[in-house]
Amino acid sequence: MLYRENGQFKTSYRADQQVFPITQDRAAIGLLLALAVFAVPMVADEYAFRAILIPFLILSLAALGLNILVGYCGQVSLGTGAFMAVGAYAAYNFMVRIEGMPLIFALLLGGACATLVGVLFGIPSLRIKGLYLAVATLAAQFFVDWTFLRISWFTNNSTSGSVSVSDLSFFGIPINTPETKYLFCLAIVVVFAIAAKNLVRSHIGREWMAIRDMDVAAAVIGIRPVYAKLTAFAVSSFIVGVAGALWAFVHLGSWEPAAFSIDRSFQLLFMIIIGGLGSIMGSFFGAAFIVVLPIFLNQFLPAAGAVVGVDISTAMVAHAELMIFGGLIVFFLIVEPHGLARLWSTAKEKLRLWPFPH
Amino acid sequence: MGFFLETLIGGLMTGMLYSLVALGFVLIFKASGVFNFAQGAMVLFAALAMARFSEWIPKWMGFDSKVLANILAFAVAMLLMVAVAWLVERLVLGKLVNQEGITLLMATLGITYFLDGFGQTLFGSEIYKIDVGLPKDPMFLLEGMFQGGILVNKEDLYAAAMAASLVILLSLFFRYTATGRALRAVADDHQAAQSIGIPLKRIWVIVWSVAGFVALVAGVIWGSKLGVQFSLSLVALKALPVVILGGLTSVPGAIIGGLIIGVGEKVSEVYLGPTLGGGIEIWFGYVLVLFVLLVRPQGLYGEKIIDRV
Repeated sequence: MLYRENGQFKTSYRADQQVFPITQDRAAIGLLLALAVFAVPMVADEYAFRAILIPFLILSLAALGLNILVGYCGQVSLGTGAFMAVGAYAAYNFMVRIEGMPLIFALLLGGACATLVGVLFGIPSLRIKGLYLAVATLAAQFFVDWTFLRISWFTNNSTSGSVSVSDLSFFGIPINTPETKYLFCLAIVVVFAIAAKNLVRSHIGREWMAIRDMDVAAAVIGIRPVYAKLTAFAVSSFIVGVAGALWAFVHLGSWEPAAFSIDRSFQLLFMIIIGGLGSIMGSFFGAAFIVVLPIFLNQFLPAAGAVVGVDISTAMVAHAELMIFGGLIVFFLIVEPHGLARLWSTAKEKLRLWPFPH
Repeated sequence: MGFFLETLIGGLMTGMLYSLVALGFVLIFKASGVFNFAQGAMVLFAALAMARFSEWIPKWMGFDSKVLANILAFAVAMLLMVAVAWLVERLVLGKLVNQEGITLLMATLGITYFLDGFGQTLFGSEIYKIDVGLPKDPMFLLEGMFQGGILVNKEDLYAAAMAASLVILLSLFFRYTATGRALRAVADDHQAAQSIGIPLKRIWVIVWSVAGFVALVAGVIWGSKLGVQFSLSLVALKALPVVILGGLTSVPGAIIGGLIIGVGEKVSEVYLGPTLGGGIEIWFGYVLVLFVLLVRPQGLYGEKIIDRV
């Protein structure tokens, strides 16, 4: 009843092409943002910020970046962790080596370095595809892991590869409480999400999707595969790099290369599979799901075990987590290959027609 | 010179073990077009089963013979792998027929996680030992030619011999048995194979079981070398560049790729490692593959990939 576009007539192309053409959608997004900015900081405690909200925001940014590459352009990458690491360590170097570097520029420059590395490792995608490419991107993962562990220049000559940053500030506003960290991440994520949403419905986004659906056919109708693939790699690794820098600076504070291992790459891939390939919204759903599920299992499984009288150890919870993740991946691929985002849009479609079935 | 030969032989031995894992990948890819990321998890699962059952079975049945325990444990572990193969076909692949390769790859990633968790829930997550009686003492070759001779690990030698015989066995199986012929037919063309009456589902179960068998052998060899623990499933990550280098569809490719990467890794670690800072084994295979793929996108021996619209 409430969610319906009847009577909302568009009188200009501009109005017809806006990101959220339905008034209710705009209202819902506005409300969501208002909640996130004003209500959440009032209710959330420090644990919620540290363990759920901040990781959720940063990982959804990374998932968003990966989704552009895998979901929109169809180039499977198993090296996301590497691009995050490049972003983090590059931003660290800009911070440490240049006196008075503002945080936000360091983050963006970190993203720029990740772009360079991303394009470099994206070059093979011009010749190889599919499974071969997926394995080739693993080269980035292992090579970058090794670089930051062994070449001490990148870590400012720290022996273990572990580095840390402190005294973050955004143009004079110190970012030291969980609340300010949360708001800082939120602001960046919102900006990137809007940019990405607009990018994928633009000329270049359509090129990516054409390449994804069938690259030979796309080339035949005049889309340059080189340009489309490399821009997808560039945009994706920029976003992923910024997310990596945020993860290191804001979430971890001090970190070592292991924070961006291959497990991180797989985790991000799972997020976009579960959330929905080729959907901006899906990246957020997937990130939320994967951040919250382990916390939920950690609380729920021992409690459930206590009810039936079985003592469930932390190791068993960890194994159960692996099994549930694995099972869910397969489940989603079989039942809903488009992920949670598709469920969401189906629900919206149904709502628009309600109470009629068609 | 003696030292170089030693490195070379060490590399060849490791390479043989890589190709053993790589073989599992190739078998499944050839017959079902699935890039089975779960091969490493299968190695871990099989090795865990083998290690634990060889410990449990003597306890349950009250005998003491090590050989018997190992044989029984091997049989039980093999049965488990067949069960895994059947379940994978039933629950996962059967439902994903006609999907793209990438979707199937991601499904096997799911299987990887599931098997890792399941294996460790069933069998525990400590470090276990597999002792099938491989001799551990080193031996020296060609002592007359080089001073001090060439040090070779006997265990490696046995392992490499086992790997080589397994490869020969498998190629005979593929060449001369009816099932093997059916497998090759399915590999060439699913539809054509089905239309002349080859039961696809059964073939897939068989091929996953054979891959399970290869995983079991690899698990036993790697497990008795390094001990059975979670890190064993990372062997798959070492074998991935091997498969890609050799070409996804070629059994000899897997062997040759394994040898090239095994040797390349060891030699570069010894001779380039000190200048680059050591530990380059981790990425050597992958970077090598990256460059080879730029020249030959289908790997050294893979079938040429032709795109059609």
